[in-house]
Amino acid sequence: MTQHTLPLFDAALLRPALLDACKKLSPRAQLGNPVMFVVYLGSLLCSALWVQGLLGHGDAPTWLTGALALWLWFTVLFANFAEALAEGRSKAQAASLKGLKKAAWAKKLGAPHRYGAPFATVEAGELRKGDVFIAQAGDIVPCDGEVLEGIAAIDESAITGESAPVIRESGGDFSSVTGGTRVLSDWVVARVTADPGETFIDRMIAMVEGARRGKTPNEVALTILLLALTLVFLLVTVTLLPFSHYSAQAAGAGEPTSLAVLIALLVCLIPTTIGGLLSAIGVAGMSRLMAANVIATSGRAVEAAGDVDVLLLDKTGTITYGNRQASALWPAPGVSQATLAQAAWLASLADDTPEGKSIVQLTQPLLPPAANPLDAALRQGERPEAVSFAPFTAQSRMSGVNLPERAIRKGAADAVRQWLAANGGELPAALQQQVDQVASRGGTPLVVAEPQRALGVIELKDVVKPGIRERFAQLRAMGIRTVMLTGDNRLTAAAIAAEAGVDDFLAEATPEAKLAMIRDCQRQGLLVAMTGDGTNDAPALAQADVAVAMNSGTQAAREAANMVDLDSSPTKLIEVVEIGKQMLMTRGALTTFSLANDVAKYFAIIPAAFAATYPQLNALNVMGLSSPASALLSAVMFNALIIIALIPLALRGVRYRPLGAAVLLRRNLLLYGVGGMVLPFAGIKLIDLGLSALGWV
Amino acid sequence: MLTAFFWLLALFMAVLTLSVRPMGAWLAPLASGQVPARLAEFDRALLRLMGVRDTAMDWREYARAVLLFSLLGALLLYVLQRVQGWLPLNPGQRGAVTADSAFNTAVSFVSNTNWQGYAGEASMSHLTQMLGLTVQNFLSAATGIAVACVLMRGFARRETSNLGNFWADLTRISVYLLAPLSLLLALVLASQGVVQSWAATLPVATLAGGEQTLTLGPVASQEAIKLLGTNGGGFFNANSAHPFENPNELSNFLQMLAIFLIPAGLCHAFGRVVGDRRQGWALYGAMALLFVLAASALALAEAQGNPLLNALSADASVGSLEGKELRFGAAGSSLFAAVTTAASCGAVNAMHDSLTPLGGMLAMWLMQLGEVVFGGVGSGLYGMLVFAVLAVFVAGLMVGRTPEYLGKKIEAFEMKMVALVILLSPALVLLGSALAVVSQAGLAGLANGGAHGFSEVLYAFSSAANNNGSAFAGLSANTPFYNGLLGAAMWLGRFGVIVPVLALAGALAAKKTLPPSAGAMPTHGGLFIGLLSGAVLMVGALTYLPALALGPMAEHLALWAGR
Repeated sequence: MTQHTLPLFDAALLRPALLDACKKLSPRAQLGNPVMFVVYLGSLLCSALWVQGLLGHGDAPTWLTGALALWLWFTVLFANFAEALAEGRSKAQAASLKGLKKAAWAKKLGAPHRYGAPFATVEAGELRKGDVFIAQAGDIVPCDGEVLEGIAAIDESAITGESAPVIRESGGDFSSVTGGTRVLSDWVVARVTADPGETFIDRMIAMVEGARRGKTPNEVALTILLLALTLVFLLVTVTLLPFSHYSAQAAGAGEPTSLAVLIALLVCLIPTTIGGLLSAIGVAGMSRLMAANVIATSGRAVEAAGDVDVLLLDKTGTITYGNRQASALWPAPGVSQATLAQAAWLASLADDTPEGKSIVQLTQPLLPPAANPLDAALRQGERPEAVSFAPFTAQSRMSGVNLPERAIRKGAADAVRQWLAANGGELPAALQQQVDQVASRGGTPLVVAEPQRALGVIELKDVVKPGIRERFAQLRAMGIRTVMLTGDNRLTAAAIAAEAGVDDFLAEATPEAKLAMIRDCQRQGLLVAMTGDGTNDAPALAQADVAVAMNSGTQAAREAANMVDLDSSPTKLIEVVEIGKQMLMTRGALTTFSLANDVAKYFAIIPAAFAATYPQLNALNVMGLSSPASALLSAVMFNALIIIALIPLALRGVRYRPLGAAVLLRRNLLLYGVGGMVLPFAGIKLIDLGLSALGWV
Repeated sequence: MLTAFFWLLALFMAVLTLSVRPMGAWLAPLASGQVPARLAEFDRALLRLMGVRDTAMDWREYARAVLLFSLLGALLLYVLQRVQGWLPLNPGQRGAVTADSAFNTAVSFVSNTNWQGYAGEASMSHLTQMLGLTVQNFLSAATGIAVACVLMRGFARRETSNLGNFWADLTRISVYLLAPLSLLLALVLASQGVVQSWAATLPVATLAGGEQTLTLGPVASQEAIKLLGTNGGGFFNANSAHPFENPNELSNFLQMLAIFLIPAGLCHAFGRVVGDRRQGWALYGAMALLFVLAASALALAEAQGNPLLNALSADASVGSLEGKELRFGAAGSSLFAAVTTAASCGAVNAMHDSLTPLGGMLAMWLMQLGEVVFGGVGSGLYGMLVFAVLAVFVAGLMVGRTPEYLGKKIEAFEMKMVALVILLSPALVLLGSALAVVSQAGLAGLANGGAHGFSEVLYAFSSAANNNGSAFAGLSANTPFYNGLLGAAMWLGRFGVIVPVLALAGALAAKKTLPPSAGAMPTHGGLFIGLLSGAVLMVGALTYLPALALGPMAEHLALWAGR
């Protein structure tokens, strides 16, 4: 697995981000973000006022108007910079993918579109949907396609980071090839399934770069709220002009508040912190997902991941190790543990399956001392000619070993029973009972026998991954229900489900049963997430709200899903959920912070703006700021600098802990709400102290 | 004075809290649109008599019905005032009300504001008072309650467009709730000495030997609904300060209780309708918390008295008594001022213009919070629910899920409606006040200059746009300028909120209801109460702090600086 993590402020990314920040100053780029657009207009207006002041017609000290204008422009630039930096990081991650698209040449097949037909070498970009190409050993697959003919080993490490080659062949679950991957051996003939610019990699790159990133539903809702708050504050500041005009006249003292001061007040009040960082949060969320080697086809899906109520998890590979392992030996009556162990060991020596290996591992320490030279030789790892192994076949459904004077077989109970019957033996009732007991515990019983005598039972068990139980408990605390999907029978499934601590399970799961289960959950209003790889998972993936397809899976599964996991790791879903939650939390935290900040800014600006008219309002100057000009400048500077200070938080995301919602809310309210109220008092005061120490105000 | 105030406040809150559960039980069936079984037959007959068919309405049809009904009500009331001189029951020989005043009054009563630019006893005939004003007192209150019921249904129902029937709701709320409750209160008030008479005047010989003419009328009947319906329009210009409207301390207590009775009960009804009573208690908790804080602050300001008078050896221990009735004292008047501005009632038992600057500011601010601290009947609850949606949206994000309230996801459309509601009141108050202080016609109405004059204007627009109706009486508002501008603010402040609230209800009712989950933010209990009151305070403070600084705050600081 390749990790695409980057340091937060990579020097190589800073310079282009700074450049981009300036480029984003075009009005068109600003229009998309209503909050920052207001700041942008404010900066323009303030600059115009400064020019007017230079010409000698200003209503506020020219240097102050100039300084305010400068810091307003900085506010805009800082917000642009945050967005540019987030995009830059994403682009860097996409660059490796983009490299794949360079000089790709395609061997386009002529009629009759079969192996052996003449081909023309064309540029990959000229291929259109429906064209047929051939890719031979050493070629780069020019674009996404469906294999029509042939079989090839393909290196997909460029997209998956997984170095082991995968086999692609026509028909079945492994019939898709991805553009940009490399054929290692043999050849395939494939039909193009996507036009250039729409291939899987193209879409991935577009997503990651944020080029096609539409606003997610929650972002839209939040933008509406921010817009409303901006309008409220616009009203507040716009009406202050007549109010202060009246007050100055009525009090017969002071001047109406100057435009520059009102603009400064407006910019301080509107939620610039969240407004400036909102899009960076979104881009960074996608980019964090990318760092976890998951690619989402839409931001909507990432957001939905945070809302997931039910996780459907495949048992195999997610909850248990993919294979069963021998866990216990149950000798038949009259058979010693050592005898059974030795027989089981012998029968599994040549069994290369994980189950066979685990039996060898389990029995090795139980073996009695070698009784004869043959035995000793076998223990040394030799394979004398006198010994032959019987591999597992679909007919016998057993495997085993033939020694000079004895044969040993192991297999499922009914297969061994038939073999015993054919040789004049039988399965004792006591052993049958043992077999049933193992099955009821969720294990798989394997019977070991000699032609006339059953020796005992090996218990194979699905081994639940360590730590998975705790993980599920965490998910439960997060309010997420876990459901295990398995092809096992109910009994086995129930036993494993209990051991792993999932909330529910679906045994003997067919594609239809999975689909029905998802629909049922959705009818109750629950959001469902699942992972899948096979073509038969595609309907369920398409129905699920958050669907993660394994990259090793079929084209159908990947098309149906809204995320692709490049590592093909079944537990990835849990990480995806956390990333989704983080993204929403970061938005909420910064919105709260942004609003809480306003309290302190009022205490800085109101006395400064009106003290000339009503000197008694200086009582509100609780921070003891040195002068009205310094108060204004400090508030505006704090407002701009806090954006820079919070970029790391926006990019990294608020840390998510799997606690209950009530605990999370209390923590975050305390941190971002109360903290957001207190921090600017200190911050503004510090800036004020700095400015006065430097003698600038 | 403070000791007396806090005892009064404690007693008031205790009695109010005791009333919440029975009132909720009374209101809940009305809110969910069902009639108790033993009333079913009567109900059918009643609706048939009224010509109402209880058919399902979606939010658009409901909004259309509300608007049409209110528009017709306003028109009727306007015409009635203009032609009252030719109609019977006019013992005082009152002529036609001027066009602008009639417009203002019509809008004022239909929008449940009951701002009174006129002096009641001097300009309205008995017929206008009873058939026009008192009828609208009932109907505008019932309309507000009906809209709150619809929003409750929006939360309680799932995947439907059916929000109930406006005509049926209006009839049931008037007949089953407002009429019996008003009758009861009117009788109790009459027993305390509130007059109820068909006569216009009563000549009496005064102690000094002179002759005085006392104005009488059907006061008790109008008084009951004035308070229960959070209307606030008094029979007399002096409103509840007049001894014929509010004779003694007991009647004063009952009047305050009557103002909060339905708004508080609606919270509990909400909990019952959505199937989780804790939700209702949380809303009540947030309202009660905000109210106790604001009322205490107001009383503290009044207890300080006026430093200039204190310096002239006025008795500071009784608090500021300027503009207050001695039979209520500073304590009874402070609590009444807080109650009437917290609820969008607007009845007054003291001159708010004479409150200390900070006391007046708190009364003003309670209105500027959007009338959600108990607020108007119905409008307080739906306003508070809009704030709840807002608070849940911002805070809900912080638990890492798309925010949801009572199982309903809060998405873009809901936020749009919430934004409209939150935006409307500041727009009306601030733009209206701005217009008044820049125009000659606006400035002409100011009785005082300086910061206090500005407070008067700000108070008037806060009162009108939030449908409170009380006044800093110093402003001469019975001019075409103020009648027109305040009338527009009242209409927009009422129906500009009702329509988005109904749309919100429609959108919520159409949604699925998600089952409760440990991952969703809890919306009951202390944390949510704190969050909700915090959201209300933040929005109110951030919006009005600069304006308040130029009015009451500047005045207060100047007063205490000895100027």
